[in-house]
Amino acid sequence: MSVIIVLIGFSLLVAIIFLILFIRAVRSGQFDDKYTPSIRILFDDESKKEKDKKHGSS
Amino acid sequence: MNSTEDKSISEKLICYHCGDECPDDKIHIDDKIFCCNGCKSVFSILNNNDMCTYYSISDAPGITKKEENKRNYDFLDDPDIKTKFIDFSDDKISKAIFSIPQMHCSSCIWILENLNRLDNNILSSQVNFLQKSLSVTYNNNSSLKKIVTILDSIGYEPLLNLEEKRDSKNSNELRKLYYKIGIAGFCFGNIMMLSFPEYLSISPQDSAGLDTLFNYLNILLSIPVFFYSGSDYLVSAYKSLKNKIVNIDVPIALGIIVLFIRSLVEIIFFSNAGYLDSMTGLVFFLLLGKLFQTKTYDALNFERNYKSYFPLGITIRRNNNETTIPVEKIEIGDRLIIRNGELIPVDSVLIKGSGTIDYSFVTGEALPINKEQGDIIYAGGKQTGGAIEIESIKEISQSYLTRLWNNKIFSKQKEMNSISLANQISKYFTFIVLGLALISSGIWMFYDTNTAMNVFTAILIVACPCALALSTPFTSGNALRIMGRNNFYLRNVDLIEELTKITDIVFDKTGTLTISGRADIKYFGMELTPKKKFLIKSAVRNSTHPLSKMIFDYIESDYTITEKFDEIAGEGIYSEINGSIIKIGSLHLVDKERFEFSGDNTVVHCSINSEYIGKFIINNYYRDNLSDLAKELKNKYSIHVLSGDNKSEEENLKKFFGSESTYLFDQSPQDKLDYIAALQNADKKVLMMGDGLNDAGALRQSDIGISISEDKSNFSPSCDGILEAKSFDLFMKFLNFALYSKKIIIASFIISFVYNFFGLYFAISGNLTPILAAILMPISSISIVIFTTTGTNLYAKKRGLI
Repeated sequence: MSVIIVLIGFSLLVAIIFLILFIRAVRSGQFDDKYTPSIRILFDDESKKEKDKKHGSS
Repeated sequence: MNSTEDKSISEKLICYHCGDECPDDKIHIDDKIFCCNGCKSVFSILNNNDMCTYYSISDAPGITKKEENKRNYDFLDDPDIKTKFIDFSDDKISKAIFSIPQMHCSSCIWILENLNRLDNNILSSQVNFLQKSLSVTYNNNSSLKKIVTILDSIGYEPLLNLEEKRDSKNSNELRKLYYKIGIAGFCFGNIMMLSFPEYLSISPQDSAGLDTLFNYLNILLSIPVFFYSGSDYLVSAYKSLKNKIVNIDVPIALGIIVLFIRSLVEIIFFSNAGYLDSMTGLVFFLLLGKLFQTKTYDALNFERNYKSYFPLGITIRRNNNETTIPVEKIEIGDRLIIRNGELIPVDSVLIKGSGTIDYSFVTGEALPINKEQGDIIYAGGKQTGGAIEIESIKEISQSYLTRLWNNKIFSKQKEMNSISLANQISKYFTFIVLGLALISSGIWMFYDTNTAMNVFTAILIVACPCALALSTPFTSGNALRIMGRNNFYLRNVDLIEELTKITDIVFDKTGTLTISGRADIKYFGMELTPKKKFLIKSAVRNSTHPLSKMIFDYIESDYTITEKFDEIAGEGIYSEINGSIIKIGSLHLVDKERFEFSGDNTVVHCSINSEYIGKFIINNYYRDNLSDLAKELKNKYSIHVLSGDNKSEEENLKKFFGSESTYLFDQSPQDKLDYIAALQNADKKVLMMGDGLNDAGALRQSDIGISISEDKSNFSPSCDGILEAKSFDLFMKFLNFALYSKKIIIASFIISFVYNFFGLYFAISGNLTPILAAILMPISSISIVIFTTTGTNLYAKKRGLI
């Protein structure tokens, strides 16, 4: 049965890692604006491509 | 992209930049047509900077730049002004935050986040679309002024007001709530997992001491929930008890404390499983309810005062040089230049030009007032027409408009004086539960002292009003969201319940019941031949007077441009077109011999070549659907109409609201406020609906102040709710919806009492096991959440609100 103690410890550890990640996400402001990023992701690629082009030409 | 081009080829010419209809295709670059030079210049800026992606994300995303005058932003170099916008600054970089109400689509986000292509001193720019704010980080080779100028050049002029509060506190509060929910959810889930042996009734012998380990782990996990996540409830309960009030948080806090202590006792002294899963679950669900309740409309500002209406900078003439200075630095004797559409910030004397001042914002009078040189102009009016030069005679803090705000109603915080239903009930609830717990444990005392203690705590645990606490936030929160989707934005969820208590509705007239700037025009006189129409339309085209504009819109005809034109202030216009002399305006100007009683309506007379043609009678234009809405409203509420205008519209108003309603005219802002206060003294609950500054005091005084707005990004005075004009006809539905929400709340109270009744049965008989508590608690909470949200959604669907 002692394996359960290890497993419990491990599962708690994983859960705590997720909790810390969540707190970090909130702290960095990811939950302050839940709308704009959903739009931003749609044109991010395109602008990068153009930047690359610019870098290439210069 | 193709679709825009198709549109511009097909019969209507659509501006490539802003999507407005173009009069002709004179203004163009290649095959792209623009409605005005402003739009064209924005396009060429973007085109030159390789930023035409802007136009491929959404069709015609631009903001029209019809007013082409280049604004002068010199005042932004003033250090006091700078600090209002600059969030952070060191010797290399600065970060500024602007509010840009014009942003409306994904193209806007794209362009505002690619500002660095227009100026490489801009390091990064980030949009928060819901708050309509833009934060720009730039190195100090650039300046605040340069950035604002760039933004203005592409049509996104930031809102530059004297006072626009940015609430960073709000987002901190929200973050805290997320932390609390995250921690409560984490602990709740793990405690549930560790309680599994208990749920499966594995006997302690089989678990080989693991159960003790699990129980102690549970205690460890529950500590942050009790002391951090649940702290709000404990603190709030303590505060309200200190004030000798029993609010909903008192029984909740009681439940949490009893659950925690009893669990500790069970685990430490009796090696039994505790109720920690119930406790953490309870806190988790309550916090979720709180999150649901915190729906706020970030982009809207409900706390505006007069300062938000003032421009930040004003053009002044000093030593024959025009420059801009911050409004606050205006001194007595300064020469100010006020252009078309600009607000007059201080009481002053007109020096140059002819003033046509629109005071509708301050007084509610629909038509502008003419001012001659030497006349005193009070602050708050807007100049319509050409630029004027004025000399200030008072400081900004002493002006007429500012004095409006010295009323004490504005200095005190508006508070909810009525107690919500949940709080009302919880008072009795707490005493009943405590009484029940004492009585039943007292009876058990005679049989078994141990059970007596168990019964006492079990009753407090079971009766913890989680469902009671959740029903209001979920019902009202959902109602608030549904109303928001229909363009009715309330400041907070408590107002849904307040709406149900309203007995009297007070309307402002101008801008609320009527649409400002639109009129109902009737023509009496000789038949208007196409030629006459042509002449009249051409004559009024030159005038900036609102009445001229109304007539211009009313007549359908071609028109021409004439140079022989004169506007006589207070009289009318004189114009010569193709040899015909056209006079439009007062009877005195048009035809001196003719005298006719004109009544109280606004009448514009017209003559061509000294021959009297006829008159235009201009009435207020009432909102469409007003008659339907008025019929429904007056059956249920007492209606009062307060107007800053004269009596001329009384008859028309009576058609809508009947003679049983109250009508008062020539009301000053103070009169309106006093009237509402008088109604409140007669124990009425008053809802005030208004629009401009002139209603600000009344909106503040009323129990619920709702400001109506043609466009939600427009200014609205401080209020409790903003109703977009296009949803005006839905107003009765909103009121009914609020009433229905209250019924749902009552029904969910009944459901939660049923659960409590069952729970109490087990508790009093001494049979409440941890597993039973762990099942009963979430089931009652979840069923309440489902019941309230589906209940409100179904109703809204039936009424066409979603």
